[in-house]
Amino acid sequence: MLDKLKDFSSRFFVTGEPMIYGADVAILLTLAGIIFVLTYLKKWKWLWREWLTTVDHKKIGIMYMLSSLLMLFRGGVDALLMRIQLAFPQWHFLDSNHYNEIFTTHGTIMILFMAMPLMFAFFNIVVPLQIGARDVAYPFLNAVSFWLFFFGAMLFNLSFVIGGSPDAGWLSYPPLSGMQFSPGPGQDFYIWGIQISGIGSLASGINFIMTILKMRAPGMKLMHMPLFTWSVLASCIIIIFAFPVLTVTLALLFIDRFFDGHLFTMTGGGNPMMYINLIWMWGHPEVYIVVLPAFGIFSEIVATFSQKKIFGYKSMVFSMMIISVLSYFTWVHHFFTMGAGANVNVFFAITTMAIGIPTGVKVFNWLFTMFRGRIQMTQPMLWTIAFIPCFVVGGATGVMLSAAPADYQYHNSYFLVAHFHQVLIGGVVFGFFAGLYYWWPKMFGFKLNDRLGKWAFWTWNIGFYVCFMPQYALGFMGMTRRIYTYDFDMGWGPLNVISTVGAFFMGIGFIFQAWQILHGIKYGERDVTGDPWNGRTLEWSIPSPPPHYNFAVIPTVTGQDAWWTIKEERKKKKAKETAVFSPIHMPKNSGIPFIMSVFWFIAGFGLTFHWVWMAIFGLTGVGACLLARSFQYNSDYYIPVDEIRHTEDSVGRVG
Amino acid sequence: MAYATAHHEEHHHEHDEGIKVMGFWLFLVTDCILFGALFATYAVLVNHTAGGLTGKEFFEVPGFVSETFILLTSSFTSGLAVLSMHKEKIKPLIGWLIVTLLLGMCFVGLEIHEFQTMVHEGATISTSAFFTAFYTLVSTHGLHVSVGIIWMISITIQLKRYGITSVTKRKVTIISLYWHFLDAVWIFLYTVVYLMGVM
Ligand code: HEM
Ligand SMILES: [Cu+2]
Repeated sequence: MLDKLKDFSSRFFVTGEPMIYGADVAILLTLAGIIFVLTYLKKWKWLWREWLTTVDHKKIGIMYMLSSLLMLFRGGVDALLMRIQLAFPQWHFLDSNHYNEIFTTHGTIMILFMAMPLMFAFFNIVVPLQIGARDVAYPFLNAVSFWLFFFGAMLFNLSFVIGGSPDAGWLSYPPLSGMQFSPGPGQDFYIWGIQISGIGSLASGINFIMTILKMRAPGMKLMHMPLFTWSVLASCIIIIFAFPVLTVTLALLFIDRFFDGHLFTMTGGGNPMMYINLIWMWGHPEVYIVVLPAFGIFSEIVATFSQKKIFGYKSMVFSMMIISVLSYFTWVHHFFTMGAGANVNVFFAITTMAIGIPTGVKVFNWLFTMFRGRIQMTQPMLWTIAFIPCFVVGGATGVMLSAAPADYQYHNSYFLVAHFHQVLIGGVVFGFFAGLYYWWPKMFGFKLNDRLGKWAFWTWNIGFYVCFMPQYALGFMGMTRRIYTYDFDMGWGPLNVISTVGAFFMGIGFIFQAWQILHGIKYGERDVTGDPWNGRTLEWSIPSPPPHYNFAVIPTVTGQDAWWTIKEERKKKKAKETAVFSPIHMPKNSGIPFIMSVFWFIAGFGLTFHWVWMAIFGLTGVGACLLARSFQYNSDYYIPVDEIRHTEDSVGRVG
Repeated sequence: MAYATAHHEEHHHEHDEGIKVMGFWLFLVTDCILFGALFATYAVLVNHTAGGLTGKEFFEVPGFVSETFILLTSSFTSGLAVLSMHKEKIKPLIGWLIVTLLLGMCFVGLEIHEFQTMVHEGATISTSAFFTAFYTLVSTHGLHVSVGIIWMISITIQLKRYGITSVTKRKVTIISLYWHFLDAVWIFLYTVVYLMGVM
């Protein structure tokens, strides 16, 4: 009996690595610390009532943001570990297997559990405010989406200490990810962690499309919408077309693993290339899903801090829509070497290059907006300006990669690694940082320190170029991706050392940002106006942070830049009109999204370890939660006028 | 004032219910893509039988024709349920929903029976790529129908309890949309998998 238990636990827990024991201890200590603090401060009830059961889109957005920043930390530590390993030839900091696990978890976490949720954070925090709505179209579903993401991410991260991490790359190509080569639970952690959070993402896509189409303030036509809202719409359209493909792909991979199927195996007539096509049909659009909202953020920031209307609004909208369609027709450029024939490759090479055109249009529009504007070099603006050259270089190397014949040369080399980090960090991460600095006062009611922000900005930026420019060269020198060590005589050593130094600079940048946030919590300058940047869109018309119903009175919109127009009119008229309040209809909090996602987590864990009883238990719980919700008829309430008046009074808003 | 609030409330609810139905249409779009990807997989792997058995040896015409017939009929009866709902007649509404349910159960029963016979005769999910694709595609549809059955039972109970209101109306509308959608998917399955399989 005892032997059996020992045997089981040595397979169940990841053992043998001192670093992992360290992590085990750290995780336990953190958990114990959290439990202690919550109990000591008697905050359990508060946590449950205010956060775990909330359906308020702003709070959900904040939870998305916090979790994704944590994931950025974890993915960043992974990156640094890899860079340490690669710094010197014949270095044995990590072994090959560990290296494989780390690049797999790094890529997966950065894209699915960092970039996606950070993007959803902005959707949640900003979109309803920008369109003058009190909530999203389906507040309950919104909470479900968040908790699914959260527990999916937890499941994936658990693989680190229980069962073992996946090691077949962030897209898990078979046959490597099949039973034969990955018999352990790592691969199943990958499948279910992503599957569970992916269902949440799909639901968010539907939710925000409906929010944008149906919840806009009276008078706001589509062509009056702020560009960030447009970018969200474009991104969500891609989500609803791409994510079902991901769902299918992961399900098929699981069928091969669990039921001993032959879809992608080499035996039994399966076809691994089928998987690679399917996963990139999701994977390529995915990068546009995360980069389009960043474009939206830049558009808002450029207009605000140039104190001008955005240049070429219509062409901005049009180019985003074109990108969202084209993004779906480029997936083959990830494997020109598949052998599909010249005509197929030419088609996909041309569609890929074509995306450069609308993207170029956007860059010129941003430049024209800045041209002759009264530019204010605030923190959001700094990141926006740094983004432009970075993205232009990244785009140019992308076009180099998209030339099918040349790709036979760059394929899977460090040139590629440098390229995609340049667009992902320069485009997505810088964009989301810009957004964080821009909307931070709106979210929390205080500004972040400028000096610390500048330090963070410069360390990140210098670190970025020092880290990734040498990698282009390394690519030409023949260094391929996903290798864990190399020989002295390859001559790759010096450039790799430089690259690692750059990576550490970015790590320091991140520390500055964490410091900046802590500093802000303590000393941050309060924003009492609700409009610290002299903004143009409706989110700046209400107090910071906004009351839970957002708008005491829904504004009427007459054109673009609605808040700017209102301000101009107020200046002219001088007299303030007194607001007439009426009761506000709001959804009630609910514990079901949280509980249901816990059941999903249980089901996912069971499926990962192929424990059918546990999976059935979890799925039954999910079903029970759905039924419980279906029978809930009394799920909303009205905020009485007195309460609204009181709340508005306390933020100095009664006219 | 009381009247004004009540009126306001009614208005609000109808607006909310309308948005929910539209959102469901979007969900159906995503489900279409999901099935599309499965069909594509099937189409790619249809001849990958690893030199072994093909569908032709297993598909039984009376079996899948009666499945088709039953499902089409259930789609029709769910339409009748919606018609009764629009006439505000609760009894026929519940009655037709129950008929639809029973037909749905027959369909799932027949499908399980079909799978059992096939497995018995030696065509399992791991026999070849073709069979993996076949079972995956067909049982995804079957799973959808099963979920629909449980869902419809829950709505029937709610109708009994609350009668026809704007909320239950929306729920019936949505489930019938879902049911018709599954019917449409089946027609593709019937043609692409079964008819082309036996020809
Ligand atoms: C913060 C600085 C970062 C550094 C220093 C870094 C470093 C690395 C390294 C060393 C690799 C492994 C390359 C190889 O051996 O093939 C890698 C892979 C990867 N990184 Fe990063 N990374 C960073 C940020 C990011 C971000 C922000 C994203 C996405 C939003 C990202 C996405 C990926 C992906 C998708 C892979 C490929 C994983 C695979 O091969 O399966 N990285 N990164
Ligand atoms: Cu691509």
